[in-house]
Amino acid sequence: MDFLELLQVLDSSLRLAIPLLLACLAGLFSERAGIFDIGLEGKMLGAAMMAAAIAAITGNVWLGLLAGIFASVVLAGIHGLASITFRGDQLISGVAINFLAAGLTVVVAQDWFAQGGRTPSLDGAARFNPIELPFAIGPSDAAETGRRLNELIAEASPIQQVYSELISGHTLLVYLALLAVPLSWWVLYRTRFGLRLRAVGEAPEAVDTAGISVIRLRFVAVILCGVLCGIAGAYLSTALLGGFVKDMTAGRGFIALAALIFAKWRPWYALSATLLFGFLQAVVVRYQNVEVGNFTVPVQFMDALPYILTVVILAGFVGKAVPPRAGGQPYVKER
Amino acid sequence: MERMPRWADIVLIPLVSLIVAFMLSGLMILATGEDPMTAATTMIQGALGSTYGWGYTLYYATNFLFTGLAVAVAFHAGLFNIGGEGQATLGGLGVALVCLALPWPHWTLAIVFAALGGAVFGAAWAAIPAYLQAKRDSHIVITTIMFNFIAAAVLNYVLVNLLRPAGSMDPASAKFPEGTNLPTLHEILAVVGIPFSKSPPANVSLFLALGACVAVWALIWRTRIGFEMRSFGKSPRAADYAGISTTKITMIAMLISGGLAGMMAVNSVMGESERLVLNSVEGAGFIGIAVALMGRNHPFGILIAAVLFGFLYQGGAELGLWTKIPREMVIVIQALVILFTGALDNMVRWPLERLFLSVGKGDR
Repeated sequence: MDFLELLQVLDSSLRLAIPLLLACLAGLFSERAGIFDIGLEGKMLGAAMMAAAIAAITGNVWLGLLAGIFASVVLAGIHGLASITFRGDQLISGVAINFLAAGLTVVVAQDWFAQGGRTPSLDGAARFNPIELPFAIGPSDAAETGRRLNELIAEASPIQQVYSELISGHTLLVYLALLAVPLSWWVLYRTRFGLRLRAVGEAPEAVDTAGISVIRLRFVAVILCGVLCGIAGAYLSTALLGGFVKDMTAGRGFIALAALIFAKWRPWYALSATLLFGFLQAVVVRYQNVEVGNFTVPVQFMDALPYILTVVILAGFVGKAVPPRAGGQPYVKER
Repeated sequence: MERMPRWADIVLIPLVSLIVAFMLSGLMILATGEDPMTAATTMIQGALGSTYGWGYTLYYATNFLFTGLAVAVAFHAGLFNIGGEGQATLGGLGVALVCLALPWPHWTLAIVFAALGGAVFGAAWAAIPAYLQAKRDSHIVITTIMFNFIAAAVLNYVLVNLLRPAGSMDPASAKFPEGTNLPTLHEILAVVGIPFSKSPPANVSLFLALGACVAVWALIWRTRIGFEMRSFGKSPRAADYAGISTTKITMIAMLISGGLAGMMAVNSVMGESERLVLNSVEGAGFIGIAVALMGRNHPFGILIAAVLFGFLYQGGAELGLWTKIPREMVIVIQALVILFTGALDNMVRWPLERLFLSVGKGDR
């Protein structure tokens, strides 16, 4: 593997890590507030469908993004209603939301477009297109010189290669998602809201005693989770791919959940965990079976690796992952 | 009156939840421009209007009985086993290995060992999350979810690299030998002279599943270990104080749960496809959660709920065949049933409770 090939794999790792990162941060806000969320998958799927559908109808990807966020927030609202207002089982609510999204996306897409549960494929202004950063070698240079982009990058200096291949040429959502990491850290650890949010996941009775509404705080966290999942889903169908297909999240919501545990419910760790899992996906996409010396690592093992790593972390053999203390329990005010 | 009568808790609340879920589904069908009544009659006709329909309904119901019982057994011990999908996947592998190992002379012998194979593999797959829960306090919901994905990868590897016959392109095992083919309901009922459609895959495993219902009932309410499981499920600390071992109960409950989920493969792999294919479970592991919820974790309730979901599955297939409503509509109905009977239970319960209590006060 030469340097450029490595860069290409890292580039695709980054692109594949973004939906995981957004969903992981989404789960972070929800679970830090004490609401378990195994419905990340469903919310992403619902958002992916709505974003692609509205982008296809209006031709405007921003309206698509808003619609995707809206769909995800509606599902998040159902989760909030079930687990906060009616003190239902948060896990069962998550399972229901995953099913609801899996079914509804196909039913709605079929009803609107009659293309077998897909949306029409998107192009131009109906999807997020790569941004060429200043001084990077990109498609415009290729068009100017009349040569292929790969050749131009191959001839450039290593620093220019890193800049053009890895850093430049992503869609806007990729840069936004990366910015969401320090922002989430700042909100959680440097604002009053963040302090209360973390407290409500550890000791809701203390927050309640301080005169702050547990219900409202938890709802805000769940809705934030919906917004982030919405961006993640919209990214899948309008940036990573151009259009929605049935079950397109393909377990990403659960990988994000795994990453959340791997990251021990912390924003910066979430970035490294999702980049690692994105890298594993990129390797699978590019190489299928991986040769290590004389031993061939089967592609299925690479597929399962994020889940295996998470189980190992959960088992506490490599650093213990301790979830928020009040996670999963509905809060009942003392009378 | 301090509480609601028992029948309201067991019958009325699930019924009201179900009606709400169905009404919402009807509204959704209406929103797609189709007629909900036509949809309902298509489903009822297609699933219950002929022995052909019944054959499929009962075939699906058999799967859901196993996975529903699996979820219920774990629930009684206070454990949420969301890994039925993976355990049934591995159960399929166990059943396939047994069926392919020997030239079985007769199905009666084969089914015993296949059921054992499925149960052992399913239980083994549940054992690791159970151990990690009991000993290392790893949240069993998360580990069983992870194990579902790992199971899918394991099965994929085994089918592609080990069990695929030479020269075949599909990731599937060889056809099982003839001696393992289970009699269908058509063949069984023909013995007593009842005509039954030949094509549906419902088979003798239905009776195995019914036997499992009785066995689970006896286990939970008639044995010491069942009592210990229920005590532990109600109050782990009290159970611990009474000398019930946390590790033992967690392990036993999950092994039985995984074994039941694994035995589903006798119906789907040995009875229907007669070879091991990718995704033979088809979501039945998750539907087990809905079935257990609706059936209030009691084998009799689970039986009714399993038939209901079998009807939804078969009816949904017919819906996709004869109307413009895609069969995914059934997943929506299923989601609404889980939502209303499970997560939004209190939305139905609280108003009903208030109603009963106010009526109760009037009596005094």
